Amino acid sequence: MDSPLAMDVAFHLGPVPITPPVLVTWAIMLVLGLGAIVVSRRLALRPGTLQTVLEMAVEAVDDQVRGTMQADPAPYRALIGTLFLFILAANWSSLIPGVEPPTAHLETDAALAGIVFAATIWFGIRAQGVTGWLKTFAEPSWAMIPLNLVEQVTRNVSLVLRLFGNVMSGVFVIGIVLSLAGLLVPIPLMALDMLTGAVQAYIFAVLATVFIGSATGAEGAPPAPPETPAQPQKGKGS
Amino acid sequence: MNNYVEIASILAAAIAVGLGSIGPAIAEGRAVAAALEAIARQPEAAGTLSRTLFVGLAMIETMAIYCLVIALLVLFANPFTG
Repeated sequence: MDSPLAMDVAFHLGPVPITPPVLVTWAIMLVLGLGAIVVSRRLALRPGTLQTVLEMAVEAVDDQVRGTMQADPAPYRALIGTLFLFILAANWSSLIPGVEPPTAHLETDAALAGIVFAATIWFGIRAQGVTGWLKTFAEPSWAMIPLNLVEQVTRNVSLVLRLFGNVMSGVFVIGIVLSLAGLLVPIPLMALDMLTGAVQAYIFAVLATVFIGSATGAEGAPPAPPETPAQPQKGKGS
Repeated sequence: MNNYVEIASILAAAIAVGLGSIGPAIAEGRAVAAALEAIARQPEAAGTLSRTLFVGLAMIETMAIYCLVIALLVLFANPFTG
């Protein structure tokens, strides 16, 4: 059995080795990017089916951000929505035969968590200024400074390991079952894997929102008025 | 001699995952039970509750994932086997 921590090289682009996860990542970027451009070119005031579905997705992202941060979701919509859609597409790309999800490798997850880490710093400084952002490390008292610094690192590491562990273990289990019994047996496991992929994409996006919210000091804000017409929404934002 | 290291590694990986998933399993069960009770008592808060529940479950699950990663390191990236 191949080690999930190692990977082979597909081809070399000049001196840079290109691995299969990178290729899959590029393909997902291309599909999502081109799809977004094609769909958003023909926006109408009376939306068709496709536009309605996409507007619902944007609404769902907005609702999640607003519910978590109690702030206007406009500055965060692009980042959070893209993170969710990309991870969802990456997790579900294992449904295409021969494709291994790029999130099943540590490097892709580390890059995604790096984006979140940079975004927390960026949004934190933008919302509170450099001194205000630095002061958040000394909350609730200066004695917490080392712990707060450690927390910045560990929570991002746990973000990496959570996504990696979940997606990789799904791929791993399906590989093992496939080597034991080929036909039809892995299908329930693949369905479970799809559920895990969706939940993990949702959780990654929510945790990114929570981290950015704590950096911008949104958590210190007074509690928002109770959410208007309480609808029994499903847990997933998909 | 090397063989013993491999045997010990496989045992260590199995024990790490087996014992390490007990705690998160109990914790997740308690969390879901509490959330279900809360939803039964207050169905209109189901949206907020399930969102919080999912994030909490992810946090708890991370402990089990840590054990899994340690087991994988022991199996595939063991520094003591040649």
